[in-house]
Order: sequence, then structure tokens, then C-alpha cells
Amino acid sequence: MRQNTQLAVVGGTDAQIGQSMRNEISTIFEEVLGRPVVIEDDTDIVEDLGMDSLGVMNFVMAIEDFYDISIPLDRIAQIRTVADLIHTVEDLRKGPAV
Amino acid sequence: MSILAKHGAYKHAYDALRASGVDPLNVRFDAVLSPTEGVIGGRKMILLGTNNYLGLTFDPDCVERAVEATRGQGTGTTGSRVANGTYGGHKELEGAIAQFYGRKHAMVFSTGYQANLGVLSTLVGRGDHLMLDADSHASIYDGSRLGYAEVIRFRHNNPDDLYKRLRRLEGVPGDRLIVVEGIYSMLGDTAPLREIAQVKRETGAYLLVDEAHSLGVLGETGRGLAQAAGVEADVDFIVGTFSKSLGSVGGFCVSDSDDFDIMRIISRPYMFTASLPPGVMASTLGALEKLQAEPHLRHDLMRNACRLYDGLRAMGFETGPEPNPIVAVAMPDQETAVMFWKMLIEGGVYLNLALPPATPSNVRLLRSSVSAAHTTAQIDTALDVFAETGRSLGFLTSGRRRAAGAL
Repeated sequence: MRQNTQLAVVGGTDAQIGQSMRNEISTIFEEVLGRPVVIEDDTDIVEDLGMDSLGVMNFVMAIEDFYDISIPLDRIAQIRTVADLIHTVEDLRKGPAV
Repeated sequence: MSILAKHGAYKHAYDALRASGVDPLNVRFDAVLSPTEGVIGGRKMILLGTNNYLGLTFDPDCVERAVEATRGQGTGTTGSRVANGTYGGHKELEGAIAQFYGRKHAMVFSTGYQANLGVLSTLVGRGDHLMLDADSHASIYDGSRLGYAEVIRFRHNNPDDLYKRLRRLEGVPGDRLIVVEGIYSMLGDTAPLREIAQVKRETGAYLLVDEAHSLGVLGETGRGLAQAAGVEADVDFIVGTFSKSLGSVGGFCVSDSDDFDIMRIISRPYMFTASLPPGVMASTLGALEKLQAEPHLRHDLMRNACRLYDGLRAMGFETGPEPNPIVAVAMPDQETAVMFWKMLIEGGVYLNLALPPATPSNVRLLRSSVSAAHTTAQIDTALDVFAETGRSLGFLTSGRRRAAGAL
């Protein structure tokens, strides 16, 4: 079911993709954390959302399932904010760098 | 403000733990008397948390061989093999390990930790893909950072998730190396190795199994999970340690891979550290011979493991998913875990208190490791102390109520 939602963003403008992905990510955060969250581009995933390392791992795995990507550990380490995450997911969805 | 102030969060948590009157990360033994007995604070303990699976640390033959080698060849090699050369013991030990596994090649390292660092950083590099089980040991994670391969984590013991991630890499160049452990060190669960081997075959990946906790424990002749699961032919590399079932220290890798020996001039954790001292190699060789000559050790070990595992479950404690020499009991919260651990020591039972972030899923664990050298009476005494402690902490008041819901 989730896989279908992502089709909505294919072909949109960058801004639309960003907004749509922000909504999807927000939903995934809420599922993993079990509470409502408000996220902005500059929301710090660990500090502002109070996630511990296990929470981050579960969240990353949920993101990976949803977008059908694998985020390598070095890329995860570079993600601090929601904007970083959106950028990484968009980048990986274009396909692996060959 | 010191340069170490950046670790303030860890210091705060550690200080809080110590303020409760215990320091589980710094237990001091007055004496270690045997594989199963030690003295802490003047009190004799049953040792139930030392990974001494076959109980060979005090084996008279192994001790004698270590003494003899030390007398004959000195206390240390004082350098690496690339600089100070290879001793007879290094070659003999590598030959014995290779023969034991029925493999063409073996290489020994100074610790098991370094074996993972040295092997993982050499097998895969830039442009390759390292697929790690999410619950991998720290040495596997650290080894993955020492090379430059892309590191992808899959869900613990989940071959479908592994397959999905390998499928995402279709068409991408580079080698794929899957890394799993025979027995996972915290909960004592084994990898679903048959299914993982199948994923490996279907995707053209290589497979490495870390048998640190399963060497001498699983398999018909003690070769570990790969042997027990009947998939040794699918396992390209086995890594392991001498510091558990073989009672000494050191690590190894075995394989049939062509060009294996190139690792000796590439692998930095092999090249730039002092090699194993003669005494250690001599006792390890002795222990490896015992492991093969005395299969009853493995049977005694599993009998003891099942006795502890079944006993704890019958009392209503929540354990890991399968009976193995690592028997972990989940605690509902840190305060209870610390109190329980402290009371076990006061009752004469030493085991490991395992707390996040060292544990999977942030569980708090009382982690025991059973030995072939434990007597039935020692296991029963440990069970009695568990029961008594459980009762006084309100765990076992209502029959078989579960201790915690974490596992």
C-alpha cells in the first residue's frame, strides 16, 4: 500500500517532491515514535525529535522500506536534519552512483 | 573542561550506574580459581559469565604446553610477523586450524577483534558492498569502517530483508560480502544460515560467518554453525577467536579462496601489531586438540546450557529464543537489572549485566555463559539463587508470570 503513495511524487516539481516527501517522512516518524510530530526542513532528527540510536535505526529501516532503497551507513552518519534526509532519499532514488 | 568532555552523556550515565553501588563494567576478581570459580570481594563465586565454553583455561596439558613454549621461546615475539618473522608456532597453529576446518588456508591474528578488522577491511574496498546483520558485534562494525566499502545493514536474522537489499544492488558493480555470526553474543540466538546461504547463492554474494561463540560449541565436530546447518561449502570465509572455547587469546580466518595469502601484506591489523606469543599459541594448539579428541565436552556444555535455560524458563523468566551456552534473561528496566545483578553476586553467582547500547533493541539483560566444566550442582545452585532473587524482587510471585516483554 505504501509503495503506491510514492508514485504520487514521481514527475512533480522539486518543491512538490520535497513537500510530498516531507509529509511521508512525517507519517513514518509518527509511526516509529508512536506520537504526533511536527517537522521542518531544519528539524534535527536526533536532538529535536529525541530519538536514541535504536529509534534512529528503526526509523531508517522504515524509510528504506517505504522508498525501496538502502541507505549506506556512511550516508546515515551525514544526516542531521529533515532536509538532509530528503536530499539523501532523493539522491538514492535516482539509483546508485555507478 | 577536558578534551574528553564531549563524552559527557556517557559519563553521566556511567556515574548514575555507579551511584547505585555497582560498577558492572569494572568487576574486580580477587582470584580466579578454576574455569567455574572465582573470588569477588572475599566471596567465592560461581563464574557464569566468562565465555569459557569448554572450560579449558586450567587444563593441565594446555597449561604445561604454554609453560614449556614460554620457557623455550620466551614470553613474546616483540613485534609483527612482517618485521620479526614467523615462529614455528604460528605456522603450526595455522596448519592445525586449516586442517580442523578442512580448508586450504588459515591466518591467525592477535585477537578476534583484530581478525574481523583485518579480514573485513581487506576483503572489500571502495566500490564493494558489505551487508551486515544489524546486531553484528562491534568488531564487525569497526572492521566495516576500516575499509572503504559501502556498508548496508539488514534486519537481524532476516534473510528476506537481506535479499531485498541485495536485489536493490542489481546491476551495480562491486563485490558483495554478507557477514553474519554463528551465535549472537547477547541473546545466544543463531543465524538462519541455510536461508542466508541460499540468498548468497541466488545473488552471487560472498558469505563470511563469525563463529566466535560457536566454535567448539555447535556442529558435529565443533566447527560451528556452518557445520551444524550443513552449509560449509557456501561459507567462503570463517572468522573466529581463541579466547572463548579455546581458552586463550587470538583470532583467525580460514578459507579456500585463491590468493588468500595476499591478505598478509594488505591487512593492516595483521601487519602492524605484535604477533601471538609462543605460550598462547602452544596452549591454543593443545585446546584445539582437546576440542577434537573430547567431544563429550560439547555434550556436557549443551547439557548444562539446556539445564540452565530450561530451569530459568520454567521459573517464568524470559530468555533468548533458543537454548545455547549463552543464556540471557530480560529485565524490565535498568534499576531492576542492576539490583538483580548485584543480588546474584551477593548470592555467589557472577554473570554479565548487559545494558544498552551494547544490547539489541535496548533490552537490559542478565547474560550468562555456561561451561562444560560446570557441575550439575553449580547450575542448580545458580538456578536457586535466581529463584530466590526473583522472588525477593517480586518477579516470581504469581506463578509463571513473564519477567519482561522485551524478547
